Amino acid sequence: MSPLALTSFTATSAIGRGLDATLMSLRAQRSGLVPCSFETVHLDTCIGEVPGIDRVKLPAQLAEFDCRNNRLAWLAMAEDGFASSVAECAARYGAQRVGVFLGTSTSGILETEIAYRHRDPRSGALPQDFRYRGAHNTFSLAAFMQRALALAGPAAVISCACSSSAKVFASARRAIAAGLIDAAVVGGVDTLCLTTLYGFHSLQLVARTPCRPFDAERDGISIGEAAAFALLERPDERLDSAGILLLGTGESSDAYHMSAPPPDGRGARAAMLQALAAASLEPGDIGYINFHGTGTPSNDAAEAHAVASVLGKEVPGSSTKGATGHTLGAAGALEAVLCALALRVGLMPAGINTRRVDATLPVSYLCENRAARLARVMSNSFGFGGSNCTLILARAG
Amino acid sequence: MRPLQASIEGVGVLGPGLPDWPAAMRVLTGVSSWQPAPPTLPPPLLLPSAERRRTGDVVRLTLAVGLEATARAGTDPATLPAIFSSSGSDAQNCHEICEVLASAERQLSPTRFHNSVHNAPAGYWGIATGCRAAANSLCAHDASFGAGLLEAFCQVAVDRTPVLLIAYDTSYPPPMRTVRPIPYAFGVALLLAPARQAASVPHIELSWSTASADRMEDHALEQLRGSVPAARSLPLLNLLARGANGCVRLDYLDGARIELKVSHAAGP
Repeated sequence: MSPLALTSFTATSAIGRGLDATLMSLRAQRSGLVPCSFETVHLDTCIGEVPGIDRVKLPAQLAEFDCRNNRLAWLAMAEDGFASSVAECAARYGAQRVGVFLGTSTSGILETEIAYRHRDPRSGALPQDFRYRGAHNTFSLAAFMQRALALAGPAAVISCACSSSAKVFASARRAIAAGLIDAAVVGGVDTLCLTTLYGFHSLQLVARTPCRPFDAERDGISIGEAAAFALLERPDERLDSAGILLLGTGESSDAYHMSAPPPDGRGARAAMLQALAAASLEPGDIGYINFHGTGTPSNDAAEAHAVASVLGKEVPGSSTKGATGHTLGAAGALEAVLCALALRVGLMPAGINTRRVDATLPVSYLCENRAARLARVMSNSFGFGGSNCTLILARAG
Repeated sequence: MRPLQASIEGVGVLGPGLPDWPAAMRVLTGVSSWQPAPPTLPPPLLLPSAERRRTGDVVRLTLAVGLEATARAGTDPATLPAIFSSSGSDAQNCHEICEVLASAERQLSPTRFHNSVHNAPAGYWGIATGCRAAANSLCAHDASFGAGLLEAFCQVAVDRTPVLLIAYDTSYPPPMRTVRPIPYAFGVALLLAPARQAASVPHIELSWSTASADRMEDHALEQLRGSVPAARSLPLLNLLARGANGCVRLDYLDGARIELKVSHAAGP
């Protein structure tokens, strides 16, 4: 594939609002995971919550989209000049030539969960102010972003569970290559809700203490929330050596089980090989890997074997979910942006909380930050339904 | 924009009074009249019995139309990248989760939870067919068919691969039905491929239009088109059923329509 430039990017998660705060947390190896006191949830677990979402007030013309998920999107797009970069981009190409491809798994379902507690006791009807299109529907996020950023091109939400916002990069690169659009806003937003907190709990996949990916005693995930965005365009003369490129994408399916990977990680392996081929790279070209690394015993083991079979076991890697929690439909974009940041500043972020790396796993897992000039990095994202996606990002020079 | 090209190698349909593509063709060409009734969704026999018990209408619907389209094209589904597009995916399951979470115990079943992901039909499709190619799952509310179609045409154009598009919707029970009144389950599958020289296969050119979307002449079918996002495909199916050359405009997002130029001549 032809490389695309990430001409602007930003992230907001439990470790910080915007890139500066995020980088400070990464440098300090600080986790954003705290004991859960979210909404009316009574579960003995830790979560990665973004402070201040409840206080966000959307402008009147966007009020129909009001929900926790779109409030977080609104907070995040204001950081790092992202919204103004998009406006400049739309002025350059035309608003109809800028697409919107965003990932989310649960959109504004928290509003629906709360509305179901307030149904009319006789008729069962939802409260009068319930908004299906603006809040509940999965597309709400893309409709909101398109309106907020005054864009008029193609728009879609990609909802493939925890691979959602990695896969948006692949769909956007195809739409640009096909000539459908000239640029794309890509990213992901997922926010805390009861469905995922109680749902992962029902599968016994939630850790009690902050998650410890690749630890010998890892015992599950910590759920987080995040919004992360990037603006993808063909590289032009504005690209300097510090610029960040998307070099390759790879997508595959496990065809195995709805909520567990095959133990050999063959689907993950296929996605990584495809991304390397798309980028015209050899395994030895990858300097750092951001693992999907959720912290469940079986997921980390399958991924470790898949990565070792493709890249070997020497490439340094970490999962940033010990810091941010597993941000589900936002994880792919969040971790792509963390990789872009790692490339920009020359930092391999530590996989924090992990005390003793599982010696049975063939990985070179980073438990401390490592400064290094990075050229090319890989990020993995895998989701329920056996959906796998790998991205390869690089410094321009 | 340079128009995007693809050929349609196979079609599958399952909706109210439309049990398969040949039956839909008879209705659309006026050979038989349309008798709308909730469609009968066949059991997902390709799934292992343990998985079969866990599936709802969306899995039956998507398997049925996907397998019909690939069978008509004589293509092995195990090799095909697939795109699933739906406004709400498993509406019944979503309702039941919200009811459980509004109860005092909040005892969510693990199966309900993993079926709640928008890409659950894609996951079961892979398990049923053994397909390990990429599967994508999209949502664009009422524009979901158009969004899936655009993704499919881009994959055909850029990756030079055949791709199976499955657009589908199911009904919510009350109370969600009031705020999202989708009356019937409806699914459509199109097997799209890079355009090739073959008189028997319709060739499609996709571009934008600002003119209004085509409507169905039949009042009842027009109601179906307007009330189920996946049925926004009906004007295209209408043209395909007649084997006619022509142009249709399909609803997409506010202010944009997708124009499809269909030709049955001897390829590009």
